Amino acid sequence: MRAFFEKTNRFLDLPLDLSPRVLLLLAALLLIPALLLPLHDMTMFAPQYPDGLRLHIYAHKLDGGNRGQDIREINVLNHYIGMKDLVTEDFTEFQWIPFVLGILALLFLRAVVHGKTSHLVDVLVLYIYFGLFALWSFAYKMYAYGHNLDPKAAVRVDPFMPPLFGYKKLANFEVYSYPGTGSYALLGVAVVLALAVLLAGRGGRREAAA
Amino acid sequence: MKKSRGMILGSLLGIVALGLLAGRCAPSGPRAKRAGAVSDMAVAAQKVYVAPGDLDEYYMFASGGHSGQVYVYGLPSGRHISTIPVFAPYPATGYGFDDESRAMLGDLTWGDVHHPSLSETKGDYDGRWLFINDMNGRIARIDLRDFKVKQIIGPVPNVSGNHASAFVTPNTEYSVMASRFSIPIPKGTAVEVSKYATNYKGVVTGIKIDPQSGQMSIGWQIVMPPFDYDLGDAGKLVSDGFVFFTSYNTERATGKLEVTASQRDRDLIAAVDWRLAEKAFAEGKGKTIGGLRVLDPKEVPGLVYFMPCGKSPHGVDVSPDGKYVIGSGKLQGVTTAFNWEKVQTAMRNKDFQGDEDGIPILKYESIKDAEVPVGLGPLHTQFGPDGYAYTSLFVDSAIAKWRLGTWEVVDKVPMSYSIGHLSAAEGDTVSPDGKYLVGLNKLSHGRHLSVGPSQPESSQLVDITEEKMKLLLDFFTEPEPHYAQIIKADKIKPIEVYPKEENKHPLAIWDVKDAGVTRQGNKVTVKMVAVRSTFTPTDFEVREGDEVKIALTNIEQTTDELHGFGLLDYNINIVVDPGETKTVTFKAKRKGVFPYYCTNFCSALHQEMQGYLVVR
Repeated sequence: MRAFFEKTNRFLDLPLDLSPRVLLLLAALLLIPALLLPLHDMTMFAPQYPDGLRLHIYAHKLDGGNRGQDIREINVLNHYIGMKDLVTEDFTEFQWIPFVLGILALLFLRAVVHGKTSHLVDVLVLYIYFGLFALWSFAYKMYAYGHNLDPKAAVRVDPFMPPLFGYKKLANFEVYSYPGTGSYALLGVAVVLALAVLLAGRGGRREAAA
Repeated sequence: MKKSRGMILGSLLGIVALGLLAGRCAPSGPRAKRAGAVSDMAVAAQKVYVAPGDLDEYYMFASGGHSGQVYVYGLPSGRHISTIPVFAPYPATGYGFDDESRAMLGDLTWGDVHHPSLSETKGDYDGRWLFINDMNGRIARIDLRDFKVKQIIGPVPNVSGNHASAFVTPNTEYSVMASRFSIPIPKGTAVEVSKYATNYKGVVTGIKIDPQSGQMSIGWQIVMPPFDYDLGDAGKLVSDGFVFFTSYNTERATGKLEVTASQRDRDLIAAVDWRLAEKAFAEGKGKTIGGLRVLDPKEVPGLVYFMPCGKSPHGVDVSPDGKYVIGSGKLQGVTTAFNWEKVQTAMRNKDFQGDEDGIPILKYESIKDAEVPVGLGPLHTQFGPDGYAYTSLFVDSAIAKWRLGTWEVVDKVPMSYSIGHLSAAEGDTVSPDGKYLVGLNKLSHGRHLSVGPSQPESSQLVDITEEKMKLLLDFFTEPEPHYAQIIKADKIKPIEVYPKEENKHPLAIWDVKDAGVTRQGNKVTVKMVAVRSTFTPTDFEVREGDEVKIALTNIEQTTDELHGFGLLDYNINIVVDPGETKTVTFKAKRKGVFPYYCTNFCSALHQEMQGYLVVR
C-alpha cells in the first residue's frame, strides 16, 4: 500500500513535459469558444412554424433565432400553457459559469507555467466536477420550466421534461435538442486534459525507467 | 516526443471535427415539409384546371371579415370572381355613394362579417339569398338574382358583438343573432365592469325572414346569462325547431379573458327552442328592453337548455341527418358529439346537473355520445354525404376526417397554416355534395409572392372524394375569410341586365328627350340618361347651395354595359348597371366647373363620355 502511495506521490510531484503543457495551453484557449459560442441549441418546428423557432443557450445568455424574435415567440406560445418566460435574468448559471470558466482558464495557465503533474490532475478533476455540475444545473432548470406550470393557464398540459438530447414531440411541436458548438469545445477541453494526463503518465514511466 | 506531437495534432483535428458536427444535428425543416405535401401534382393540377372560357362548378361565398364585404370565388379553380360590397363603401361598384346604399349603411362605414348563410328550403341551399352578419348588430341580405345587398337590418337593440350569426333555419324562417360581448341592457346603461356577473346580459335574437320577399324583421329576442355567445347552427330534420349557440366565458369573468375565461373545463352550448320563442313572443310574453320585447327563459320553461361542452367551445355543427350536434372545445384535443335523441330524453326527464340564471343544464354524461380524439385545437366541423365529418384543427394546423357513429378518426391532412373555419361543398346542409372542401387558413407564411407585412390569408382546396384527403390547390383570400359557403353553381340563376319593364324607379327615364333639370326652390333634380357613349344632359347648371339630386338611368339592355358616373371634387362615384336607375344627392357647396365622366369602361368612345356641372 505504502509503495503505491509513494509511487503516486512521486508521479504527482513530477514536473510536466512540454507536450502536456502545450495541451494545457490548448485547453485554456478552447475555453474562449466555449464562452462565446452556444452551449446548447433547441430547434422547434410546428406546422405553423415551417422555418422553425430556435433557442440558443450560451454560457452567459439566452438568445433566439431570427434576431432574437424566436425567443419572444417561444415565450408567447409557452404562456398559453402557463410556463414561465425564458429570460436571461432567471439563470444564475449565466453569472457563475463564465466566472468559473475564467478561474479554470487561470488554473490551466498556472499549470502551464509552473506545472507539476499534480496541477494537471487537479484541473482535470475540477473540470469534470464543473462539467457535471453545469450539466445537472441546466437539466434541473429545464425540468423546473416544464413542471412549474401555472394551474390557471388557458391550456392545461401535464408537466413534462423538455428533451435534453435528441427529438421529442411536444403537442404540435417537433423539438430537437442538441449540444451547441460551445459544448463541443468544452468536450474538447476534457479530451485534451485527459490526453495531457496520459502523456504525463508516459513521461513518468520513462522517468522511472531511467 | 514525435508521438506526443502527433497526439496533439490528432486532438486538434478531433476538436475541429467535433465543431463541424455541432449544429448539424437539428434538421432544417419539419417532418411533413421534408416529406412533401402534394403527392401527385399532375392529378391535382388536372382536377383544379378550368380551361379558358370554361366555368367553375361551384360558387364559394367567403366572408371578408373586417373588410365588411363578401368575396365570390369559383371552385375548383380558386379564382376570385367578384366582390359584393356589404357593410363598407366600395367605389368599384359605387356602393355607399348612391342615395339608397348610403342610407342602408347609415353612419357606419365598416362592418366585420363572419358567417355567410345561404337561404335554405328543407335544409338544402335554394340559391335565393345570402345572409351575412356584422359584429355591429346587423345582418344583410344579398339577393343572389343580382348579387346585390337588398336590405341591412339593425343595429338590432340589445345585441352586442353579433358574432354567432347569420345562421338560418332549414326553411329560412329565421336568421339568428347573438351577443359575443355581454353588456348592461338596454344600450346606454352604464354599469361598472366589476358587476359583470350580475348586471351584464347577453341576448340571442331571431330575425324573421319573409318567405316570398326575403324582407327581414325582428322576430324574437331572449335575454341570456352574460357569457360570450360564439357560434351557432340550426337543428335540421329530427332536431329542426332548435338553434344552438356555443358560449365561452361561462366563468362570467372580466379582465384578462384569455386566462380568466379559460378556467372551467366545460362551457355551455345553448339549445334554443325557436318555435317556442316564436309562440311566446306571439302570446305577448316578455318585457320591453331597449324598445324591444325580450323573453326571459325563466318565464318560458323549455325555451333554453344548456349542454355542457369541453373547454371554451368554438363551433357547433349539426350533422346532415340532424341526429348529432358536434361541439368543438378549442382548448382541447377532442370534439364532442351529442346525441339529439339523448338530449331530448334528458330534456323530458329533467336530467339536469344545475342551472345558470334559471336555465337548466343538461347532464353531460346523459347527452354525449362520444369525445372524438380529432387532434389539438378543434374549431369547426363540416360534413360529407357518406357519414364522414371533417373538423378543422387550429393548433395542429390540419383537418381531421372522422366517421359519425363509430367516431374513428380515419385521416388527417396538414393545412398551411393554422386553419380556422373550413367549408365543404354544401357541407352544412341535409345533403352535402362531398366533392371539395376548403380550409380557410389564418396564416400564409410565405406561400405567396411577398407583399409586405400586410398579408392575405391562404385558403386550400382539398379533394374529399376518396378515402385519403388530397391537397389540390393554394389560393389567397382577401382579409379575412372566417366562414365561407360553397354552393353548386347551377342552383344560382343570376340575371345579367335589369329588364326595363321591371324598373319602377319614379325618376327613371328611357329616352334622352326626357332628360333635363327641374327646380323646386333650391332643390334641383337632374334626370340623366347614360348610354354609349354620352351622358344626357352633357352639361347642366345649378346655383351654389342648391341641393342637387342626380337620377341616372343606364338605358342599356346589353350584358356588361355598365356606366359609372364620377363627379370630380365632390367625392361622388356611382355605377349604374344596364336597366338600373340610381340617385345621388349632394349639396352644391363649391362654385366652379366640375367635370363628370364615365368611370366604368363602356365602349370605344368611353373617353368621350363626359360632361360639366357648372355651379354659379
